Amino acid sequence: MIKTAEELAQAQKIACEEIKQYDCRILVCSGTGCIATGSNKIHEIFSELVKQTPGVELVFSPCGGHHDDKAVGVKKTGCQGFCELGPLVRIQKGGKVIQYVKVQPDDCKEILEKSVIGDEIIERLLYKKGDKAYVQPDEIPFIAKQTRIVLENCGKFDAESLDEYLAAGGFAALKKAMFEMTRDDVINEVDASGLRGRGGGGFPTGKKWKQVARQKDTVRYVVCNGDEGDPGAFMDGSVMEGDPFKLIEGMMIAGYAVRAENGYIYVRAEYPMSVARLRNAIKLLEERGLLGDNILGSDFNFHMHINKGAGAFVCGEGSALTASIEGNRGMPRTKPPRTVEKGLWEKPTVLNNVETYANVPKIILQGADWFKSIGTPGSPGCKTFSLTGAIENTGLIEVPMGSTLRQIIFDIGGGLKNGADFKAVQIGGPSGGCLTEAHLDVPLDFDSVKKYNAIIGSGGMVVMGQDTCMVEVARFFMSFTQRESCGKCTPCREGTKRMLEILERIVNGQGKLEDLDTLEELAKMIQTMALCGLGKSAPLPVLSTLATFRDEYIEHIVDKKCRAKQCTALRRYVINPEFCKGCSKCARNCPVNAISGVVKKPYTIDSNKCIKCGACKENCAFDAIYVEA
Amino acid sequence: MLDASYYRKTDEIISRYVRDARSLIPIMQDIQAEYRYLPAELLSYVAKEIGITEAKAYSVATFYENFSFEAKGKYVIKVCDGTACHVRHSTPVLEALWKELGLSKKKHTTDDMLFTVETVSCLGACGLAPTMMVNDQVHPSMTPEKALALIEELRGKG
Repeated sequence: MIKTAEELAQAQKIACEEIKQYDCRILVCSGTGCIATGSNKIHEIFSELVKQTPGVELVFSPCGGHHDDKAVGVKKTGCQGFCELGPLVRIQKGGKVIQYVKVQPDDCKEILEKSVIGDEIIERLLYKKGDKAYVQPDEIPFIAKQTRIVLENCGKFDAESLDEYLAAGGFAALKKAMFEMTRDDVINEVDASGLRGRGGGGFPTGKKWKQVARQKDTVRYVVCNGDEGDPGAFMDGSVMEGDPFKLIEGMMIAGYAVRAENGYIYVRAEYPMSVARLRNAIKLLEERGLLGDNILGSDFNFHMHINKGAGAFVCGEGSALTASIEGNRGMPRTKPPRTVEKGLWEKPTVLNNVETYANVPKIILQGADWFKSIGTPGSPGCKTFSLTGAIENTGLIEVPMGSTLRQIIFDIGGGLKNGADFKAVQIGGPSGGCLTEAHLDVPLDFDSVKKYNAIIGSGGMVVMGQDTCMVEVARFFMSFTQRESCGKCTPCREGTKRMLEILERIVNGQGKLEDLDTLEELAKMIQTMALCGLGKSAPLPVLSTLATFRDEYIEHIVDKKCRAKQCTALRRYVINPEFCKGCSKCARNCPVNAISGVVKKPYTIDSNKCIKCGACKENCAFDAIYVEA
Repeated sequence: MLDASYYRKTDEIISRYVRDARSLIPIMQDIQAEYRYLPAELLSYVAKEIGITEAKAYSVATFYENFSFEAKGKYVIKVCDGTACHVRHSTPVLEALWKELGLSKKKHTTDDMLFTVETVSCLGACGLAPTMMVNDQVHPSMTPEKALALIEELRGKG
């Protein structure tokens, strides 16, 4: 049990000593991505192998005893960042780390013999770029060009062990806040740091805390929004999986500062791993006395609860989220009163997202000035992004605010997949917009991208090449928000439906030019009149694509053409007479008899009859059928 | 009428929580985890047990996408159609599954109760797009061919 500040210091000291006793640690990435590629199996095999092999001993927590054999730890870490090259494994000996990628079950024995027992590096399993192979993870450009604050521990330690978190300096910030600072000091430090809400809104965190601390009601709550609903975003999930203690420490500091005794984390149902890691963390903290009553011998009590979402995107909105925790339909309500005044159970509530809380411990430890030295004056600190889509290096990244898209997409992301041409990047999810080539050098922060009909949002970043149809992307997002609209207010419920209908018409080749004006009119109406953030921001994907890719909309409407060849209804299947051998297979496969011809002579497709099912192209033995834009 | 064992199980689930409105969602989640759907009889039972109206319980259950009053298949396949998966062509994967299993936008579960196919907006494994989840396991980098091979494999398991 850790019941005093001294005991915490002592526990940290022991944890640090212990970690040094490992001769080697095998760090197996256990983020959602790597688990999908089979990392649990790799972890199991390593544990088994270490147990069986003479000369090494599997150690869970080396308690300072003498080991004849090499003490080897096999650990499950959070996301190591390089999701596409999983399963990822790091071999750590003292300060030296080897990063292996795409580790298969058959590789484990060799890794154990050569790199764990021996000191050899297995060239074949290293990350390679061009003709250079990288050994240390920190040297890989994808990682070297990032600045990691929130993700500093992610992938480096066992996300299921409190001792490892303590060894990495965990809970030093809470201790400092509780014993060296007053509650007001803590709030002022967070305020002075300029930290802004990472969930998308960008509201100053310190200001929010101040407003809660000022309320007369003495029952207060701390709530964490882990309902990361934006499709294409997995940053918060990665933090919950990879460094759950840090999130909890941040929430505890908030709880201490505003005198709240209960904290709630609302996690998406689609993140079972996050739920499991957080539950484990809470259990360990309760067992050691770091959560519960009289924390570190003080009068500060704090209890943590986890609520699992049930599949409603709108619950990412503050008042809908608290309604859901209360056991109601997750529908937003009119504001004011704001959540800081009447939040969960009508009590003053601090509601921040995962990444915001995870920034807090380091701000308390290193001070507001340190935090402000990173990022831009208006948006200090770093931001995590999930970099996905048509990009070479997909994965989880963290960069200083003010970094440009060019740095993110080309320096870190390695450019587009297979050297394709860049078309746009969608940021901010269904509430965001598309930025193009022209915006590659705009510094990204909360304020700058708003000028271009986009938002930083929570940090989903989907890169698109020339084979993506921007009208179809707008339709995709509108169908998402339309489906997720809770139906409470008319502008959102009806407006998004009408906008979706128009977009569906356009991608089906039945659009009219007036539709574009109607879209804009509806968009502005919804933006001004919808009740909550979901509705207000729903038209952004349409407005931003209309602004930058208007010509594509017009092509769909006037020329009945989709240059990306994505819109099925606008495809034209054509038989190349040079390749066609006249075998008649396509004519026999065609479900609507749209193909005709004479055997051994080139066939033709009647595009008026064709239903664009693609059966002809799929089955052509001579690749003679192609799609014309 | 459901078998008495359903109510015994539900009692056990309810006993894990405080008996009030806030426990409704977690209780329904646990029931659904047990039976792969939410039997309407149990919803009424839970409402009575935790002291809320049936209407309220029903309004909450129908609001959230995760709750289903219809029995689901043994293998619930969630094809991710989040942005990252969508731009990496998740639609053909979904269409291949529908075609193979005789399902559609309206019909989600096969008659033999083996498979349910749904879409989901993001599984958080965007780096490996397109993805799909079978029960709790995420499958990376899907193609229509890989999806069909997986169906074959699951059919073999029964």
